[in-house]
Amino acid sequence: MNSGETVIKTANLTKQFGDFVAVNQISFEVYKGEIFGFLGANGAGKTTAMRMLCGLSIPSSGNATVAGFDIYRQPEQIKRQIGYMSQKFSLYEDLTVKENIHFFGGIYGLDNQELKTKSDALIAQLGLQSEAKTLVRELPLGWKQKLAFSVSVLHKPKIVFLDEPTGGVDPVTRRQFWTLIYEAASNGITVFVTTHYMDEAEYCNRVSIMVDGSIEALGTPQELKTQLNETTMDGVFYQLARGAKREA
Amino acid sequence: MEQFIAFVKKEFYHVLRDRRTLFILFGMPLAQILIFGFALTNEVKNARIAVFDQAKDEASQQLISRITASGYFEIQEDVMDNSLMEDAFKSGKIKLAIIFPRHFENDLFHQHHAQIQVIADASDPNTATTLTSYISSIIQDYQAELAGGAAVMPYQIIPEIRMLYNPQLKGAPNFVPGVMALVLMLVSVMMTAISIVREKETGTMEVLLVSPFKPTWVILSKAVPYLILSLVNVLTILLMSVYVLDLPIAGSWVLLLAESTLFIITCLTLGIFISIKTKSQQVAMLISLMGMLLPTIMFSGFMFPIENMPLPLQLISNVVPAKWFYIIIKSIMIKGLGFEGIWKETLILIMITLFFFLLSLRSFKIRLE
Amino acid sequence: MKTIKFLLQKEFKQIFRNKAILVLIMVMPIVQLIILPLAADYEVKNINLSVVDQDHSPYSRQLISTITASGYFRLQGYHPSIQEAYPLIEQDKSDLILEIPQGFERNLIREGKQQLYIAVNAINGTKAGLGGAYLTRIIRDYNQDVRMEWIPPTRFQASPAIEIVSSNRFNPLLNYQFFMVPGILAILLTMVGGFLSALNIVKEKEIGTIEQINVTPIKKHHFILGKLIPFWVLGNVVFTLGLLVSWLVYGIFLQGNLLAMYCFIWVFLFAILGFGLLISTYTDTQQQAMFIMFFFMMVFILMGGLFTTIESMPGWAKMISRLNPVSYLITVMRMIILKGSGWIDILPHMGIMLLFSGILNGWAIWNYRKTS
Repeated sequence: MNSGETVIKTANLTKQFGDFVAVNQISFEVYKGEIFGFLGANGAGKTTAMRMLCGLSIPSSGNATVAGFDIYRQPEQIKRQIGYMSQKFSLYEDLTVKENIHFFGGIYGLDNQELKTKSDALIAQLGLQSEAKTLVRELPLGWKQKLAFSVSVLHKPKIVFLDEPTGGVDPVTRRQFWTLIYEAASNGITVFVTTHYMDEAEYCNRVSIMVDGSIEALGTPQELKTQLNETTMDGVFYQLARGAKREA
Repeated sequence: MEQFIAFVKKEFYHVLRDRRTLFILFGMPLAQILIFGFALTNEVKNARIAVFDQAKDEASQQLISRITASGYFEIQEDVMDNSLMEDAFKSGKIKLAIIFPRHFENDLFHQHHAQIQVIADASDPNTATTLTSYISSIIQDYQAELAGGAAVMPYQIIPEIRMLYNPQLKGAPNFVPGVMALVLMLVSVMMTAISIVREKETGTMEVLLVSPFKPTWVILSKAVPYLILSLVNVLTILLMSVYVLDLPIAGSWVLLLAESTLFIITCLTLGIFISIKTKSQQVAMLISLMGMLLPTIMFSGFMFPIENMPLPLQLISNVVPAKWFYIIIKSIMIKGLGFEGIWKETLILIMITLFFFLLSLRSFKIRLE
Repeated sequence: MKTIKFLLQKEFKQIFRNKAILVLIMVMPIVQLIILPLAADYEVKNINLSVVDQDHSPYSRQLISTITASGYFRLQGYHPSIQEAYPLIEQDKSDLILEIPQGFERNLIREGKQQLYIAVNAINGTKAGLGGAYLTRIIRDYNQDVRMEWIPPTRFQASPAIEIVSSNRFNPLLNYQFFMVPGILAILLTMVGGFLSALNIVKEKEIGTIEQINVTPIKKHHFILGKLIPFWVLGNVVFTLGLLVSWLVYGIFLQGNLLAMYCFIWVFLFAILGFGLLISTYTDTQQQAMFIMFFFMMVFILMGGLFTTIESMPGWAKMISRLNPVSYLITVMRMIILKGSGWIDILPHMGIMLLFSGILNGWAIWNYRKTS
């Protein structure tokens, strides 16, 4: 799984909004094909860090490369290589399932033949055949989230960024969602995922835990548990996060 | 009551936090007063005209210099013959052309009869009429002088005209009430409509509706900040009109403010009604803006006289609240009338308000069930 | 190019799915175009006249009937004194009071002159000015008649007379609707285009879908074009419907070059849509965008020469109207539709409009940030 090739590399990456340091000098590497869990309490700076890596937000200082491209100079090249699923559901609610797939596929430059085969395959994979012509607005949240994920990997990106993809979703759907993530990873897509469900952290190859804008711990779930002498990731997280100054 | 105040406070935070909207809210009446007070005028001046003097004699030159001296016209020197004239009309370079025939002076003094041709661009009919009548009166004056105008005519009727309320025929007395009606109408209707529909769209309305507070009060509390903002706008417009446009308030300030409050409430109710009937901000905006802007300008009577309209439109104008408010404001501000002069219009506004209030209440209840 | 195709598909689907908006932007302008020109009659007629005749002589009655026969005035009624007529002015039932004092006829003939008193409700300055002027002219003509009656006609014929032959080009019957219809159509087109485009990008910001667009490698100008073209098409539909309405309802047939008209509309639509998108890129909520657009729309309309001529404005106001795309549209529409102007006549306006659309769209693209 871990081929050793680095696809994300950050060095002292920082984002400041006025006096507030949202992300404080974080440095880490993510390797090709791994599922990298980006953990932290609410407000720890996860989303801000992720937005910088996606080229949506310009860092205040520090360096980072994503898929070999510099986030200052080549944000548009980065965007060709990545998929993104934001915290807030952001497919078009007034378009149908199929129309959304076609639209986003089209923007990433898939041709008509590809679009057709891929969207059929995707709809079949999600079991949405009967809902293909339904407006996305009318789907239940779990399905919307699965659809949003599938759309974000439709164009076979090198890396996919998932910002709390399973927020508000029931446990069964969460399990199905992780099956989708594993499938994507087995196809060679690197998965960068933020979450605050600690059971999900166990599914990741490696996790980092952010507290108040800094990375406090990084390693495989097993390593972290041993290091902090805890039996569960819950315990690890609690030990690190209870010192947080920022409000959860 | 405490709950109500808490809700009103929340609404105020929404409004005050959005600086850009606030800026526009207060900037709009200012800009309008400036535009109406100083930029727009029904007077026609600096009109570009062409003169073809085929006579080039003393009489024609004298007339031309009088036309130039009048200040209403700018003679375009380079439009000198008929084919150029056609082009000049079409490109909008001139609005009127005057043609003196050959032997103009000769005709005038020896035949006692000469012709001057005046051609006006009547694609703008009022300007055409006004310019033609300016030219005519300049020519008539010249003619009277030639007739030896010094001699006093016998059997003279001397009309003495007094212009009531507005001796200098300024535009302000007419438009200040109009601007008030327009700004209040649009601001109050649009702001309330949008702010309620917005909560529906973002889903926060449901949170408010499940609170123990009565739904009707939730809606009313949303109207309060806009009532206050609109009153501030009324004061701005009135102060501007007194101190910038020199248009004093002839009647009672108290009555004026009371009537404005009534009109604002009418508009807020209308806004609430629209918001209950619509689902998206865009629809609410398009209705309250595109649907209201031109009709309010046209049917309130301050731009175009209502008595000139065809009967069906005169009837339609009766349901435009701005029309009644316009009459009320004009009566108090300019004519200095008291309540006895405007009670009928006031009553009509109250009835329109009640009508929309009851209608909103009904549709709101239906929605909840 | 292919990206634009997908963007267009999406925008059109969203527009056609939102029936309420579609109906509003198609039906509202057309209904307004049918009704409003009927209301916008600026001709001054039907001036309500109250008469206080204290003379009750053949001359006073003759004068009154001459005035009422002119067609400008509507006799509201007779009143014994001016004090009793005033309240009618206060109630807007009367615009003008004519007082003929006692001894009018006797004084006119014996003393050779006599005053008349006219009180005008001058709140509406234009109406008052014109009403007063009409009345004075009628009285002057009447005066001339009286004179003719008493003085042998030969004395007048010796003085030189100038005959003014006036003609009205392009609109010989001085039909006011001819003037208003193209102007109102211009305003409606501006409102449809301006508001829809101003609300568009900001709506995606508000619901969050813009994020999903921003992480794609989409080019900024593709995105803006994708937003622009659908509204441009809609604008053309509204304009065409408007032309049809002005022809079928008002009998106004385009006099000039149809292609020139459309070309100008095409460029204008790009300009106004670009302006809307520009506002959209600067704002965070639809409410804000709406208000800012509304502010500009107000200035554009009032200073666009729809109701009053731009030439008569003071210098600073003329400068502002030079920056107002709507004023060019109103001018050009009246030129081509009413006067039959052609390509060469509108060329300068076309040049300025091209400049507007270039700058506004360029600015909108520049200010649309995929990265914050």
